[in-house]
Amino acid sequence: MNASRRDFLKQSGALVVGFALVPSLGIAQEPARLPGSLQNNRRLDAWLAIEPNGRVTIFTGKIELGQGIGTALSQIAADELDVDLARLDIVHGDTARTPNEGQTAGSLSVEQSGTALRFACAEARDILVSAAAAKLGVPAADLNVSDGTVTAPGGASVTYWDLAGAADLKREASAKATPKPASGYRWVGKSVARRDIPKKFTGGAAYVQDVRLPGMVFGRVVRPPSPGARLVSVDDARVRRMPGVVAVVRDGSFLAVAAKREEQAIRARDALKRSARWKETESLPPSGDALYRHLMSAQAPAQTVADKASATAGAAVKTLDAVYTRPYQCHASIGPSCALAHWKDGALTVWTHSQGVFPLRADLAKALGVDPKQIRCIHAEGAGCYGHNGADDVALDAALLARAAGGKPVKLQWMRDDEFAWEPYGSAMVMKLAGGIDAQGQVVSWSHELWSHPHSTRPGSTPGVNLLAARHLANPLDPGLPPDVPQPSGGSDRNAIPLYDFGNVKVVKHYIPESPLRTSALRTLGGYANVFALESFVDEVALAAGVDPVEFRLRHTTDPRARAVIEAAARKAGWQPGTRGDGARGRGFAFARYKNLACYVAMAADVEVERATGRVRVTRAIAAVDAGQIVNPDGVVNQIEGGIIQSASWTLKESVRFDRTRVTTRSWADYPILRFDEVPEVDVVLVDRPGERFLGVGEGAQGPAAAAIANAVANATGKRLRDLPLTPERLKQALA
Amino acid sequence: MATFTLRVNGARKTVQVEPETPLLYVLRNDLLLNGPKFGCGMAQCGACSVLIGGKEARSCVTPVSAAVNAPITTIEGLGTLEKLHPLQRAFIDEQACQCGFCGNGMVIAAKALLDRNASPTGQEIRQALSGHLCRCASHNRIVRAVQRAAREMRS
Ligand code: FES
Ligand code: FES
Repeated sequence: MNASRRDFLKQSGALVVGFALVPSLGIAQEPARLPGSLQNNRRLDAWLAIEPNGRVTIFTGKIELGQGIGTALSQIAADELDVDLARLDIVHGDTARTPNEGQTAGSLSVEQSGTALRFACAEARDILVSAAAAKLGVPAADLNVSDGTVTAPGGASVTYWDLAGAADLKREASAKATPKPASGYRWVGKSVARRDIPKKFTGGAAYVQDVRLPGMVFGRVVRPPSPGARLVSVDDARVRRMPGVVAVVRDGSFLAVAAKREEQAIRARDALKRSARWKETESLPPSGDALYRHLMSAQAPAQTVADKASATAGAAVKTLDAVYTRPYQCHASIGPSCALAHWKDGALTVWTHSQGVFPLRADLAKALGVDPKQIRCIHAEGAGCYGHNGADDVALDAALLARAAGGKPVKLQWMRDDEFAWEPYGSAMVMKLAGGIDAQGQVVSWSHELWSHPHSTRPGSTPGVNLLAARHLANPLDPGLPPDVPQPSGGSDRNAIPLYDFGNVKVVKHYIPESPLRTSALRTLGGYANVFALESFVDEVALAAGVDPVEFRLRHTTDPRARAVIEAAARKAGWQPGTRGDGARGRGFAFARYKNLACYVAMAADVEVERATGRVRVTRAIAAVDAGQIVNPDGVVNQIEGGIIQSASWTLKESVRFDRTRVTTRSWADYPILRFDEVPEVDVVLVDRPGERFLGVGEGAQGPAAAAIANAVANATGKRLRDLPLTPERLKQALA
Repeated sequence: MATFTLRVNGARKTVQVEPETPLLYVLRNDLLLNGPKFGCGMAQCGACSVLIGGKEARSCVTPVSAAVNAPITTIEGLGTLEKLHPLQRAFIDEQACQCGFCGNGMVIAAKALLDRNASPTGQEIRQALSGHLCRCASHNRIVRAVQRAAREMRS
């Protein structure tokens, strides 16, 4: 990728010249509340520019990570502006050019950035049409806009591009312009082909790995062998004399090397590894079942998340309880983390696949001891990350190494074992469920108690610095103890509060901020494990009540949108109430509304069980999804399909391995994931809600898929597995 | 360092590198090709795949010295944005990825498959691709893309 093209171009003559990203709010009074991310990025010209050459640029703080957000946002902007989709260029996540929208996370991009663009573009259209009205001497109401050409009834016309100089977008948004009704959309609601895909299949420069700068050298990092290890000695002098080596950085236990050629950097890394002596300590928790006892014995106060007493619920005639567990799990991106850093005259530019270029910049500034203004972070895509992986960490690695490389740009790529051993994992969790039913089989009491480490330790989540290298420096920086993500979206307790109409609900969490293994956001935070437990337990209670699982869910659901997806999934799957598995085949059902706030997903899963080996194969999954107003139907289907299959992989196979000292998951051999011959067929039914709020879908399928699979295994075998993953060993043991 | 002449995408390229240098780094860093990706460096994932003499090879573990005797084809050599190979067109038409990082290897493995079996069944496609990992879980779309390309190439 030609980096100079990515440099900030002063767009002289364009409608936007040097726009301000930070609103100047010298006034004491509270500014009006603006929709979506407009609230914190209030200028119109922060969001779009009308170029005299007939192009429109939109700016978003949300980044593309293969979820198709660039395409969805373009669809929204094109519709509000009345321009052709092909006219749009989009700039993602660049601290010098785009709004600061924090992290691209939580399936919030369409809601936050899409809503902001919707209002900003609607307002820009009004401004442009008013300018056209003045120019043409015709009332604005009589004008018609088509692909940026504004036409008067008599046929006289003027284009947005002619008006670029006359219309002023250098102003605060008012959000007073009315966005289009759903009936007026041309692009929103269509399966528009994703704009990022063609270059990905033709060897185009699509990823941060493809960014090349003149004089660039290649970096590798040498991580300690274990989280508790400290570097005692290393013969770096010898490595400095190796062919091609440009720089070796040794700062405390941080060790990295840059070389002219990539394979030279790798050889130098190997040499450093061989000569380094470390002092290791047993800092890790026990594994296996002991891990969960360890979690439950942590000093973490019980915090009440929900406590809803019911005046009408009667006494329970039957009570049940069960404990569910989820191990540490990896993001396991196909491409290990990578960044490119370039120091010039004391200023640093970093190309990064971080999900939050602004928070990353703030943490880099703290770690490097420079003013944030001296750092520019530019997003470039990485491999899919599904949350907070090593993307931010590698940016600091590259910056530290580049600082020693004499002004040469450094591209630093983690090796596979760096990624597996050091990415922050999805936290291990324990969920203890208890419930009671009355004589009619209605739930009259429900309790969900959970134990978990943090699910969000991204840059910016604490006053400290959570960039990996910062804790290894001779003067280490404290990552800080992150608070849990509060309700209503929740972090460790995400989706722990049942959406069903249960009597007497109590949800309690034990949040353990100190974690011996690094943990952070993995797609859904605690939602995956909580939905797995909750929806498994719903089936256990339904079985105790003698009610079909789908019927049981419907009996406890009044939310019409929840009912609609449950019914749609059951219908599409041809759900037969009361069907028992035959020992080898079974079918399960589950439902959740992600975060209890975003998309609704209900799902049926079919499994085949090999009793002799304990092997479970998911053969088919049928999901129904309500994502509010759908921007790009195929994009939604793609996310849900991927979510279901990824969740099937987590659920059947995945667990980080470690002993008391070291993480022993180092390669794909230690961390198998689902392969082509193991993936289920997936059917997705979309329940479109034109005119409703956009609801994110990126994470909606993970929890329901896990529970539907576990419920299907129970349906097939009559045995309930409550520990993830549902491995052959566990099933064999249950069947023995 | 030694001199090696490779035939890559129909052109002769000469590079000066150590003989054991993995082909991947020569392709990416000397020949400035973006297609082959570093995923694991251990022949486990398939992100780096290329065709050598028409056979799929993991360029991350193929020393450059072992790649001089047969023509090398990368995804760039199959087709371009302007003139797509049917496989590339099919992957785009099926929107057969999320992040797309695995896509290079999928297309290359599919090319090798279709060259030896013009009408593979779904099962055969899954078998042929089972050594390729996709973390975004675009598997079913990828299978559909290969089927679509096979149809187009037959007609
Ligand atoms: S990078 Fe070569 S197989 Fe993974
Ligand atoms: S599409 Fe992301 S790894 Fe396959």
